[in-house]
Amino acid sequence: MALERFTEDHEYIRVDGDIAAVGITHHAQEQLGDVVFVEVPEVGRTVKQKEATAVVESVKAASEIYAPVSGVVVEINADLAANPALVNEDAEGKAWFFKLRVADKSELDGLMDRAAYEEFVKRS
Amino acid sequence: MRYLPLEPADRQAMLASIGVPEIDALFDAVPPGKLMKELPNLPRAKGELEVERELMRLAARSVPAGSAPFFIGAGAYRHHVPAAVDHLIQRSEFLTSYTPYQPEISQGTLQVLFEFQTQVAMLTGMEVANASMYDGSTACGEAVLMAHRITRRRKALLAGGLHPHYRSVVETLAHWGGSSVVSLEPDPAGTEDIAARIDADTSCVVVQYPSFYGTIRDLKPIADAAHAKGALLVAVVTEAVALGMLKPPGEMGADIVAAEGQSIGNGLNFGGPYVGLFATREKFVRQMPGRLAGETLDAEGRRGYVLTLSTREQHIRREKATSNICTNSGLCALAFTIHMTLLGEAGLRRLARINHVNAMALADQLAKVRGVEVVTPAYFNEFTIRVAADAQNTIDALAKKGVMGGVPVSRLEPGRSGVRDLIVVAATEINTDEDRAAYVEALQEVL
Amino acid sequence: MAMNTQGRPTTPGASMLDGEVRTFTGNRGLDHEEPLIFERGSLEKTGVDLPEPKAVKPRLGGLERTGAIGLPGLTEPEAMRHYVRLSRKNYAIDSGLYPLGSCTMKHNPRLNEKMARVPGFGDVHPLQPQQTVQGAIALMQMLSGYLLELTGMKAVALSPKAGAHGELCGMIAIKAAHEAAGSKRSVVLVPESAHGTNPATAAFMGYGVRSIPAREDGTVAVEVVRAALGPDVAAIMLTNPNTCGLFEPEVVAIAKAVHEAGAYFYCDGANFNAIVGKVRPGDLGVDAMHINLHKTFSTPHGGGGPGSGPVVFSEALARFAPVPFGIRDGERFRLVEDIGEAERRGLKPFGRLTAFHGQMGMFVRALTYMLSHGADGMRQASEDAVLSANYVRAGLRDLFTQPFGDQPCMHEVLFDDRFLQDTGVTTLDFAKAMIDEGYHPMTVYFPLVVHGAMLIEPTESESKDSLDLFIATLRHLAEAARRGDVERFKQAPRLAPRRRLDETRAAREPKLRWQPDPARRQAAE
Repeated sequence: MALERFTEDHEYIRVDGDIAAVGITHHAQEQLGDVVFVEVPEVGRTVKQKEATAVVESVKAASEIYAPVSGVVVEINADLAANPALVNEDAEGKAWFFKLRVADKSELDGLMDRAAYEEFVKRS
Repeated sequence: MRYLPLEPADRQAMLASIGVPEIDALFDAVPPGKLMKELPNLPRAKGELEVERELMRLAARSVPAGSAPFFIGAGAYRHHVPAAVDHLIQRSEFLTSYTPYQPEISQGTLQVLFEFQTQVAMLTGMEVANASMYDGSTACGEAVLMAHRITRRRKALLAGGLHPHYRSVVETLAHWGGSSVVSLEPDPAGTEDIAARIDADTSCVVVQYPSFYGTIRDLKPIADAAHAKGALLVAVVTEAVALGMLKPPGEMGADIVAAEGQSIGNGLNFGGPYVGLFATREKFVRQMPGRLAGETLDAEGRRGYVLTLSTREQHIRREKATSNICTNSGLCALAFTIHMTLLGEAGLRRLARINHVNAMALADQLAKVRGVEVVTPAYFNEFTIRVAADAQNTIDALAKKGVMGGVPVSRLEPGRSGVRDLIVVAATEINTDEDRAAYVEALQEVL
Repeated sequence: MAMNTQGRPTTPGASMLDGEVRTFTGNRGLDHEEPLIFERGSLEKTGVDLPEPKAVKPRLGGLERTGAIGLPGLTEPEAMRHYVRLSRKNYAIDSGLYPLGSCTMKHNPRLNEKMARVPGFGDVHPLQPQQTVQGAIALMQMLSGYLLELTGMKAVALSPKAGAHGELCGMIAIKAAHEAAGSKRSVVLVPESAHGTNPATAAFMGYGVRSIPAREDGTVAVEVVRAALGPDVAAIMLTNPNTCGLFEPEVVAIAKAVHEAGAYFYCDGANFNAIVGKVRPGDLGVDAMHINLHKTFSTPHGGGGPGSGPVVFSEALARFAPVPFGIRDGERFRLVEDIGEAERRGLKPFGRLTAFHGQMGMFVRALTYMLSHGADGMRQASEDAVLSANYVRAGLRDLFTQPFGDQPCMHEVLFDDRFLQDTGVTTLDFAKAMIDEGYHPMTVYFPLVVHGAMLIEPTESESKDSLDLFIATLRHLAEAARRGDVERFKQAPRLAPRRRLDETRAAREPKLRWQPDPARRQAAE
């Protein structure tokens, strides 16, 4: 069973062993509107927590996607570049952006679980 | 006042409707003592006739280019512009519209920009072009910044044939933006070894084609050398008509072309407004500055155009924008595209041939004058001569005789040795046999 | 992820596909469908008759172009029709009220155009010997004099090509001044409501941006600025009047606090048109300000430029202004183009921003406007602009919602979208419905700090009747939205040359130029 956590910047991270998939939440894609372009990092790049790691662009906004935790990029979602609309169709499923080998699992402790995130969205 | 439709009675009624006694009540937020009662040092309103009279008096103190045998180029060229161009750009719907942010009622401007982008891409031999920049020099500056973004390097290498003003613009941007520039010495004959100066930190090599001195050199070896070191080639063109005859930079491996489009459709205007052309490869399009028009469909499935990829721009990305540029040069781009459409391929090619033939004729005639040497081996419509005198004095003396003989290099390279006897001379389709004869005669007298 | 977005739909809904009128040609009366020149012209055709030059061996160093360029040509009658038809698909100031806030779509006098084309101004080369361009330089000097008088500043750089270029000019001068004083500063203060060019400019210069929040009434409080100031702050970039259309009441105190902290005050002069002849930025403590000649002084916007953005400087920054600049040399005028010469005069120019001397064509137009209006007319123009914006405010205040309460505005009035709450109509829908009523929409979704912003700038160029009809139209639309007449908004515009355009499609598969044929394009990819 994967562990799921959320950031205040609307990223989700789904941890399975040492590997974690990162994407943007369903709520975030709704706010962005039609996604038209996605830029993913290079495999092998080491990122720190909160480092800008990918870019998502809709017609009206370009946003950085920050790494929820530190780690090394081990895989990227090649489908997204060809089909950015996938972010709108299945943000929290097929449209993950990149996978990290998590460096320090304790960083996950500062993130929200789903209930807390949903509460956060309602409040903001 | 003929431009202000409100009458005194209207103003009173409007103040009453707003609920304030007098206009200055609306300026209440102005700190005490800072609201002025009048502007004592400026004259009062004038009628059209008086304004015209006053400005015509000023204008009469200049010698228009069209009134003399005229051979000045160096980044701005006097060409004949068809009457239809100036008429069309003064159509209210083009002249008095804003940036096409509401595409449904801006299809005119948007389609024009789409056509302009296509023409510029074709002319430069590149894949995509933007909807224009301020002018050639700022386009050149932006090209360097774009190369820095793409290569993640911070050093530009400027060829010695780059227009000195362009070089100065790049150096200014680099100095205050925190990157570095290596500028090579003036290179009138185009013989410098640029490739040897490219290193692992070089983001781009900037080469003007034809050069400031008029020289034409093959860009291919420079592009290959740049690419071998992971750098880009930025080709700068200040005389767009040259591309009607010359192999385009895109065919020689240029990654970005930054050009001045004034030559086509636009007058001299003492330096502006002009129109910067900016073209690149498709893979770099998201790093390109400036506006872009793109094709799409409307709700009824009809073809239409919108500004697109605007997330690169400052109004959305703010401090993460690719550039701080907001305005482009829409009306000058319109003049460019109309003139280009009137010329067409056949007209442009013929115009280019006339320019080249006129330049060759002038060069041959000047070469026969005692004390004159043509130093440019291959050129289009502009070349450099060395005179057996101070170039600035020579040009001033020619001007006294009513001939505008070119630009002394020392005006743009003050204090630099080795260029004090060089003059950059341009010939276009406006020059007649009589103009050339007058130049030769005056030069013989001056030297 | 950082989101910077507004609830603006970018694809037309399916419900928009009714109510078409089909014609055989696709034309709709005066509105003609016009193909691209690439679909109409040919490579052989030309609208310019040129003599064939004699055939000689070229001296191009063997670099002749070989293949076709692909440029189509049209004869003059065909070209006229192409561009006239296209022009008719554009809205323009000359055809209707153009209330784009912060863009200042005022009347563009035609005398300006005429004067810009006088050969002594329009047909002179920037590198002609200076003794042959005395009239042109004199005009630049005269314009400089007017700008300094109107702003109460000490020096002017005419060369910046547009507002954003002017901003860069002003901010570099500030950086140069700090550098000359040996002071290292890394931060620029920018209010949240600023134009996007402000943070973009600061970032280019390597400055970090410290955002300044506005208070409840939409203006900046001096205490907030004071709290944000520190030895690391190089400057504040403040727009005054601000982007919400309000004059900053504490601007003098802010300037004082900024100066006490050793920083400079950059004023974004985009809204100078509200206060020309009424308030001089120099009296407020401004150190540098760009002036958009294409907004304040009526040079045409031309479908997106050319602009012109001269920058005025205070005493403290004057010596850092870039080359070139004009001087009076006895009876003659001269342009100082060389940094070395300027330094010999005791100045310290930061460099050069553009080739040549700036947007001369715009200088002529702006000066023509100034001479035409005179001191009294320019002051009246500012007052009328402010009066008209407040009149629109008064006419709409009971139906529309103002984000900062009902208070006097300057030359533009800002509404938010609370009055549309629960109607199902968005700011964008409302704007598009205005198109069907024959109006260009106001600026929408700017400033970003206000939800669903609508920024209306009527300018001084409208008659009272014109303003009355505009107000009545907006009231009618607001009432229709509240009544639940949602379809007319969702469908809008129905009467423009195009219905809503699919921006998503344009951005997902960018088509940025015409291509000969799709098969070849695919092969190339």
